[in-house]
Amino acid sequence: MSGRPAFPFSAIVGQDEMKLAILVAAVDPGIGGVLVFGDRGTGKSTAVRALAALLPEIPVVDGCPYRCDPSDDRMLCPDCRSRRAGGPLPGHLSPVAVVDLPLGATEDRVVGALDIQRALAHGEKAFEPGLLARANRGFLYIDEANLLEDHLVDLLLDVAASGENVVEREGLSIRHPARFVLVGSGNPEEGELRPQLLDRFGLSVEVATPQDLPSRIEVIRRRDRFDRDPAGFLAAWSDAEAMLRSRILAARARLGAIEVPEAALERAARLCMALGTDGLRGELTLIRAARALTAFEGGDAVDDAALRRVAPPALRHRLRRNPLDEAVSTTRVERAVQELFGV
Amino acid sequence: MAEVPSPWGDAVLAATLLAIDPAGAGGACLHALPGPVRDRWLEALRALLPPGTPWRRVPAGIADGRLLGGLDLAATLRAGRPVAERGLLAEADGGIILLAMAERLGPGTAARLAAVQDTGRVAAERDGLALRADARLGVVALDEGIGPEEAPPAALLDRLAFRLDLTPLRAGEAPLPPVQDLAAARALLPAVTAGADVLEALCGTALALGIGSLRAPLLALRVARAAAALAGRAAVTEVEPALAARRVLGPRATQLPAAEPPEPEPPPPEDQPPPEDTPPPPPPEAEALQDILLAAAAASMPAGLLNQLRLAGGPGRASAPGKAGQQKQSPKRGRPIGSRAGALRGGSRLALVETLRAAAPWQRLRGATSGRLAIRPEDLRILRFREKSETATIFVVDASGSAALNRLAEAKGAVELLLADCYIRRDKVALIAFRGTTAELLLPPTNSLVRAKRSLAGLPGGGGTPMAAALDQALLLAEAIRRRGQTPLVVLLTDGRANVARDGKGGRPRAEAEAHEAARACRAARLTGLLVDTSPRPQEAGRRLAAEMGARYLPLPMADAATLSQAVRSTGSQAMRGAGR
Repeated sequence: MSGRPAFPFSAIVGQDEMKLAILVAAVDPGIGGVLVFGDRGTGKSTAVRALAALLPEIPVVDGCPYRCDPSDDRMLCPDCRSRRAGGPLPGHLSPVAVVDLPLGATEDRVVGALDIQRALAHGEKAFEPGLLARANRGFLYIDEANLLEDHLVDLLLDVAASGENVVEREGLSIRHPARFVLVGSGNPEEGELRPQLLDRFGLSVEVATPQDLPSRIEVIRRRDRFDRDPAGFLAAWSDAEAMLRSRILAARARLGAIEVPEAALERAARLCMALGTDGLRGELTLIRAARALTAFEGGDAVDDAALRRVAPPALRHRLRRNPLDEAVSTTRVERAVQELFGV
Repeated sequence: MAEVPSPWGDAVLAATLLAIDPAGAGGACLHALPGPVRDRWLEALRALLPPGTPWRRVPAGIADGRLLGGLDLAATLRAGRPVAERGLLAEADGGIILLAMAERLGPGTAARLAAVQDTGRVAAERDGLALRADARLGVVALDEGIGPEEAPPAALLDRLAFRLDLTPLRAGEAPLPPVQDLAAARALLPAVTAGADVLEALCGTALALGIGSLRAPLLALRVARAAAALAGRAAVTEVEPALAARRVLGPRATQLPAAEPPEPEPPPPEDQPPPEDTPPPPPPEAEALQDILLAAAAASMPAGLLNQLRLAGGPGRASAPGKAGQQKQSPKRGRPIGSRAGALRGGSRLALVETLRAAAPWQRLRGATSGRLAIRPEDLRILRFREKSETATIFVVDASGSAALNRLAEAKGAVELLLADCYIRRDKVALIAFRGTTAELLLPPTNSLVRAKRSLAGLPGGGGTPMAAALDQALLLAEAIRRRGQTPLVVLLTDGRANVARDGKGGRPRAEAEAHEAARACRAARLTGLLVDTSPRPQEAGRRLAAEMGARYLPLPMADAATLSQAVRSTGSQAMRGAGR
């Protein structure tokens, strides 16, 4: 059961905003994920699936199904907490999980359920962790997010808000940490997304097929090479991938040292006020995204240029929906940026 | 050599190319009613595949457990431990799946198929099992749709290389082709190379034809390779891209190339060259090749489409219908769309098999004796339904010269207002515009506000008022919507003066008589309607037409935003009550 390897991220042609958003989310997962909406055949899911290869490894407690962090005492699962009392937790480095939530998944597999095998073989009441456990400290990817069934959306919203998965079923009573970054993709022609779910995504990008011939040719050329010789293609791009990975790593290390000047904070606040975004999430996301971008690009302090670049993805899905305004959200954000920042 | 291939010859060639590389080509959409021609094509395809190739039929409305895999109920009960069962998709690995009634395929199923086609494997997280299996397969979508609003989901069509229309063929015109052994072609395929010029020409052609998705040129490239392999060539020559452009790109065209549309000329020869090999012609420049490809693709664009596109005058209009969107769910009524855990209360209905499935693994543990099942409350699964009485509002907008003069802009504004309302209520909307001599379906029923607004914005004004044609069109669409189990609601925005008859000729008396006749047909069909009179002063004509239609009459001068949306809402609920009778 091999399955195809993922197309390398650095080999994706164009789609700069989508790549920017995904990289920013990789630098600072606290921003809260990315939603990619757009036309068919633009490489939405390709980009998201390529993300896994870019993420640096994280320390994980040995044998913990929830992948707890051995150095973070506040976020331990009950099991690790009791082990912690007996001394430091043994850990190892492990790749960050990018967990696919396939359409048609049933609730028991998402939240976890009683381990039937063990119950039958040994008469033990054991919990079999679900997708949410696997996604803890990692990414949860929903392709075609707008087709996800309503009761699963409710469940995800609840867990994403509390950072904790509470299972009360089949005589089990379990709670475990479930902090994950939601990544979603979809096609707006298949229907709209619920505003509550929309709000859970830190950044949102809109992708369209490239309309210029050279980049279209390049897309097909690379895709075709990859399809015909995946191993060779991956080898050819391994240097670029390694470089990108180390840039992300460096950016993560520098993230804390990036300065956010008072002026930038004020700019962000003004922009959000001008657009009338609901609540503070927009503003927070805007600042965090700008900071991650600055770190990624090697700057020291957040400036107007960084704010301008991340403003559309950070804010466009938080505008109060006005079905009568012909202008797309992107245009509204750009207009406000233009007015506020000047040319 | 250069004879025009018959549609049947074309279809057989598509089957041959698909049989060489089913997963690479993605599959084919077969537009045909059930009958000997379709059976013959399927038989031909099957004969071309190696013996023992998986061939599975997916019925419309298949349950996830059967499609993706899940718990095997009988085996689990027998064994006393969870036993997984492979789904249809995993079973079809390396072969073909047939989608029965693909035009009825829901967006959810289409998305599951799309994920499988993209990754080559099926992933399921169901019934306490995590299943992963290879599933590299070709999809044959059997499309029995009649009108333009009945088509397989766009997400699926985008991934299938071929679109074949067998409806015009009669059984006598479709002889079973001779059996070919494609083993040599299959063996050659991985080694077939394609030059940069081929790739550039295919991309250029796709762009010139207004094909947005990048999957189209990629599929065309794969088809060109398969064709080269079929001809026994190790490299793609100029013949194969033309062939691929004709089969793959032509049917997807949404615009004519910017230059003079090339006359559909005899396409390049596609007989297989004799094995002793005539030397392949030297590869021409990519641009020259692109011209050839455009000509080839033009030959496969349906004639109607060409005219339609010329009239529409640009891309973006002829987009494929997206039939999708959020399903309204109701606890009690409608078509079952799955199950979920829950208690049996408030009239919810038990999903018996799903409940047994949930209980099955536990039987031994619960000490069930043979022949008796121990079912606990937590096993209970209840059915979820898609509510049938979803409303689809058909906007019929008068874009004639008089309306344009009067207040087309206001009418558009009113429609936008109503769209906002429909958006809130998650209704579907469709848009018909009439002007000049005909009425045109601009937007098949959709949930997408984006698309509705786009097609409204692009609506030009001018010409006569073919009222009868518009009402006929609306009635037709309303009937299609009813067949799908939704409730249609017609909102007609006009200044009420018909002056073009059904045959496109002018003449007020006859046009008016026909309009009234069409209106009476709407009333006879018990269609709920609302007529919004957009003329500056309320006219007797509008009132009269509304009366003939049995529709409510609302003059726009008095209709501010609130009144208008109130009127649609109350008419809508009236339509629902009507449907409930």
